[in-house]
This record gives sequence, C-alpha cells and structure tokens, in this order.
Amino acid sequence: MPLITYRKALNDALAEEIIRDENVVIIGEEVAQYNGAYKVTEGLWQRFGDKRVVDAPISEAGFIGMGVGASMLGIRPVMELMFWSFAYVAWDQIINNAGQVRYMSGGLINCPIVIRGPANGGTNVGATHSHTPENFIANTPGLKVVCPATAYDAKGLMKTAIRDNDPVCFMENTLLYGETWEVPEEEYLIPLGVADIKRHGTDVSLIAHGRAVITALKAAEILAAEHDISAEVLDLRSIRPLDEEAILQTVRKTHRAVLVDENKPFCGVSAQIAATIQEKAFDELDAPVQRVCSLDAPAIYSPALESLQLPTVARIIEKVLHIR
Amino acid sequence: MSKLSSPKPSVTDDEVSVDPADYARAKINASLTAKQKIGFLREMIRIRRFEQTSLKYYNQGMMGGFLHLYIGQEAVAVGTVSLMGKNDHVITAYRDHGHALAVGMGMKECMAELFGKATGCSRGKGGSMHFFAPDKNYWGGHGIVGGQTPLGLGLAYGLKYKGLKGCALCFMGDGAVNQGAYHESLNLAALWKLPVVYVIENNKYSMGTTLERSSAMRNCLAERADGYGIVWDIANGEDLYEVRAKASSAMRRAHEQSLPTVLEVDTYRYYGHSVADANAKKYRSPEEIDRYKAHHDPINLWKKRLFDEGVLTEGEADAIDEAAKDEADTAAQFAIDSDSPTPETIFEDVYWEVDNKTEAGSTGRHFFSE
Repeated sequence: MPLITYRKALNDALAEEIIRDENVVIIGEEVAQYNGAYKVTEGLWQRFGDKRVVDAPISEAGFIGMGVGASMLGIRPVMELMFWSFAYVAWDQIINNAGQVRYMSGGLINCPIVIRGPANGGTNVGATHSHTPENFIANTPGLKVVCPATAYDAKGLMKTAIRDNDPVCFMENTLLYGETWEVPEEEYLIPLGVADIKRHGTDVSLIAHGRAVITALKAAEILAAEHDISAEVLDLRSIRPLDEEAILQTVRKTHRAVLVDENKPFCGVSAQIAATIQEKAFDELDAPVQRVCSLDAPAIYSPALESLQLPTVARIIEKVLHIR
Repeated sequence: MSKLSSPKPSVTDDEVSVDPADYARAKINASLTAKQKIGFLREMIRIRRFEQTSLKYYNQGMMGGFLHLYIGQEAVAVGTVSLMGKNDHVITAYRDHGHALAVGMGMKECMAELFGKATGCSRGKGGSMHFFAPDKNYWGGHGIVGGQTPLGLGLAYGLKYKGLKGCALCFMGDGAVNQGAYHESLNLAALWKLPVVYVIENNKYSMGTTLERSSAMRNCLAERADGYGIVWDIANGEDLYEVRAKASSAMRRAHEQSLPTVLEVDTYRYYGHSVADANAKKYRSPEEIDRYKAHHDPINLWKKRLFDEGVLTEGEADAIDEAAKDEADTAAQFAIDSDSPTPETIFEDVYWEVDNKTEAGSTGRHFFSE
C-alpha cells in the first residue's frame, strides 16, 4: 500500500467525490487559485475549474450560510474553513441554519453540506486560532462531527461525509497534514459512528480522537516498553454519531480508562465519554476514569509552554501509572 | 408615508418609470385579468383574517411563544409572490405568515403549527417563526434577524449552479440591514452575480427602535446597495401595482442577467414587533397607527382601486371577507381538534439518515438522552 500524507488523502477524497457527483462543489478562502492555505485542495481548481472549486472572500458567515442555502436545493457544498476557529463568526449559520432547519421544518428540509478545516492547537498561533470546537458542535443535535487521526481515516470518512445527507462538521489537524500513512489505491468508505482500535491491549484503555490518538499511541509504546503495561488505544473517529459500544467494549476488556482529549476539560468530549462509562460500565471499572485534556486556559502562544498545554505523553503515562 | 425620495434609486428600467403616479399601466400589471386582481385581494384578506383569528387564540393563551403579525404589510408578500414562476424561490424572517399563505400554504396547517399540533406544517416543531413548504419553493420562516440572508443567497447560488432560470426572493425587515451577514451576502451576490432579490420590508421599527435611532443612513436603507454596486429601488408597499412593477423589474434582472437587486418596500405594521411587545404604542403614537390604518391600508386601498376600475362590487368584497373569516375559523377549529405531537416525535426530523432508516442512520449513537 502506498504511503501518503493526511493532506493528500483528503485531496484525493475531494477529487474522487467531485468526479463522482456533479453537485459537489468546493468553496472556501484560498481553496482555488492559491491551492489552499494548507494545500488540502492543491491542484483541484486546475483540474476541475471555476465551477467546482470556488475562492470565497473572507466572509465566513456569508459563504457558509450560502452553502447551507444551496444544500437545501440539493447542491453538496464542501466548505473549507481555513481554521475551525473562524467558524465562530459563522456560528449562527452553522448552528441555527445547518443544524436546526430540518427540525424546525418538521423534516421537510435536509442540508447535505460538509464544513471542513483544521481544528487544533499546537502551532503557536495563539488563542484565536487554536480552538477545538468539536464539543460545541456535538452539543447541537442535527449536526455531525468527525475528527480523523490518520490519512486512511481522513480519506474514508471524508468520502462518507460528502455522501451523507446531513450536515457534517469535519475537523482536521494542521500537525497531521504532513504525516504519512498507508492508504489503499482502491476506493473505500468509512462509516460515521464506528470507532477503531488503533492498538490492542489488555491493561488500560486510552480513548481519544484526532491527534490525541497519535499522542496516546506514543504513550502506549512507552507503557509497554518501560512499564510492562499493555494499553489499548481506541480512536473514536466520529464524535457524533458516537460508537458507544466500542467504548464500553474496551472498558469491559481492560477495566481502566484514560481519556485523552485536546478539547478543554470542562464540558469537553471526554466529559461525555466519562459520563457514558460511569453510567453503563460502572461495575466494570477497577479504577476511576482519568482524563488528560488540554490545560484549562486559553491556548498560549509561547512555544515552550503550548506543547505542555496540549495532552502530552508524559501526562498520559502519569495518569495510567496512577490507576495501574 | 415617510418620505424616502431624497436618494435616487439606481434603477433605470423604462417600464417602471413610465409614470410614477400610476403603476397600473406597467406591462406586468396592464395584462392582469379582473379575476387575478380579485385574487390578490382575496389573498391579502385571507392573510389578515388568518392573523386576526390567530391573535384571538394567542390572547386566550392557546399558543406558545411569539406571534409576529404581518397585518398592514400584506401587499408586499402578495404582490411579490404573485410574480413567482416555477424556479423562483422565497425565504423570509420570522414575520412569515403572510408569505406562507401567499405561496399557497393552507390555513389549517399554518394554524395548527401555531397551536403546536402534530398536524402543523412543521409538525409542531417550528412554531410561528418557522413555517416551511419546500414543495412550494418556500424555505421559511427564520428566527434570527438577518440570518436568512445568506440562505437566500445560497438558493440563488443553487439555481445558477444548476443552470435554472429563476431567482430567490429573500425578504427581511428594516432591522436586518444592520446585520453583518446581510452585508457579506450583498458583497457575494454582486461578486458572483447571483440571482437574488433582497426585499427589505421597511415597517419603520426594528422592534422598538426607529430608523432614526438605528440606521446611519436613515432616509434610505436600499441605498446601501450602492456600496456593493447592486441596483436598488424603493417601492410604496401600500400600492400592490407598484410592488409588482418594481419586484417584476428586479426579478427580470435576476432571470435575464443573473444579477441581484435590493428592493426596499415602504410599509407599516399595525401591531407590535410581536404580540408580546408591551411598548407597541409607546415608541410610536396611537395617532400614527390610526393614520396608517385610515389612509394607508393596503387592503382598503386595493379594494377601492378595484371598485374604481369597476372589476369588483361591495357585495363581492364582503363575500370574500366572509369566506376568509370562515376559512380562518375552520382552520382554528381544525387546530384545536388536532392532536399534540407524541413524545417519540421529539427525536424525529433531527437527522435525515436516521429518519430514513439508512445504514448511516443506524450506525453509532445519534441521541444522548437517557
């Protein structure tokens, strides 16, 4: 299997879906002639032209809302946010319009739109550019949230998201764009709502999504090599719908859970996972559920400190050792 | 009506400037039959009787939430919607009952929605501010001021993308012109040459705040379109002929040139921002309201016009009114007799994939109640 980057996997998914469905259109800032601020859409404008790949001015509320309106008529827009942090100026369009119009119309309308872009800290760009709004979005029934951790997942989930008939918020990670994974050449789809065990283990479950999965995998290696602890790493892949059964299964297997989450801890994704575990697998637990989240302050600029603010391998190991 | 004449509209359409005093002779109106003209009267009266009936039950505590009445503005929805062809679409804000009935939604489904019943147009999930009928090209009914303006743009984008010759009529109030989403939409509409008509229904008050206290350009709201190179015009909303003539010109610009227009329609609401607006008679004088009712009522003016033209008799007008009252009463009884939605429907109409029982809809947990 060829090794390709997370970025290229997304690019391939977009190209394949543009070819497959004439209603798929890519819209966003710098997606066409500039080739994408993070080069996710590189070459697509040259291949597919003005109609299918559209540069938008810096007007997130305007163009995201426009995409929502077009999706009501059956267009399948894939809207790029240069950063998910910029979604906050389009919040009404995403939450109220994409998220609620189906409900308020009693099911007469659906919005087959994908809103995608990076949602991560760790790049020393300060608090305004480092938001991880998957918890906010997942708190809105009507919206779906996907956070792929690998190139393989990014491609398969993106193709599914574009074909889904509900609004899907697709959260990528700039620190993963250049990383490579094995990705098959033949077409494949990954359903939303199916988690993936990225490493099998027996002693403790590390449950994560997005880049936190990669951090958890590094911690699992050290736990095995230096502490003789076999950690299982479960990648949620999608937050809503959520593969709750996979979460409960791994907890039933290892009886210990450490949740790793680049979200902030208060009302973050891991808070929901912890609630689920205590509610449905309380008797399976041999220790309290632990969480390793971003430290609970706005994302700091200082490169020396930001790497500490995000979940670190050391903090994961410390939590695991605490409940071993 | 307040004077809006100081700015000069950017429209240069011969048809609508033939004789400013008489839009009846505009081509789009000259060809109207007596039956069509009477039909417009019927639609306006139906809207008014529907809302008066809804007000009665609202005041009896039989409805929840807000009730934003359109009474006084009927000629705007009826005049513009009367021009719609197969590929023309409508979207509006929360003062949406008039547009809903104008596009052909039934009084029963609309009234039942106000009562929160399962037979409502949105199955009791939307309420007064959220009526929808996509089968009639009617896309709501949106609660956040200005929030629908990018959606209207999207409808226009979709039409153009599909190569359909149509337009999106996006209605909004005068308060919405101060929202950023509207200005972003104007820029995109002009930049991408999208067939959208923004109809500003200027009823003079954004809730309790006058134009003088909310708009830096207080004499004209449409004029802001100049900043985006968009053609704009102003229409007198008490004259159905003028509304039709000017809306028709804007829609033609959309259909034939794929260009946007901003059309400001001067109008007035008799009731408060919503019925719950406790200060509806404090931020404006009762005399002002009475003056509009006495001299600028779009239904009375249209009725008089049809009498003068000799196409309608008093008896016929009374019969139309009686029929509308009966229809509204029947709709209210239908709503009262209808069942409330059942609790399990709370989880319906959230996700298309779940509702349609697809594999995607049954993969993973979608709902998180206990």
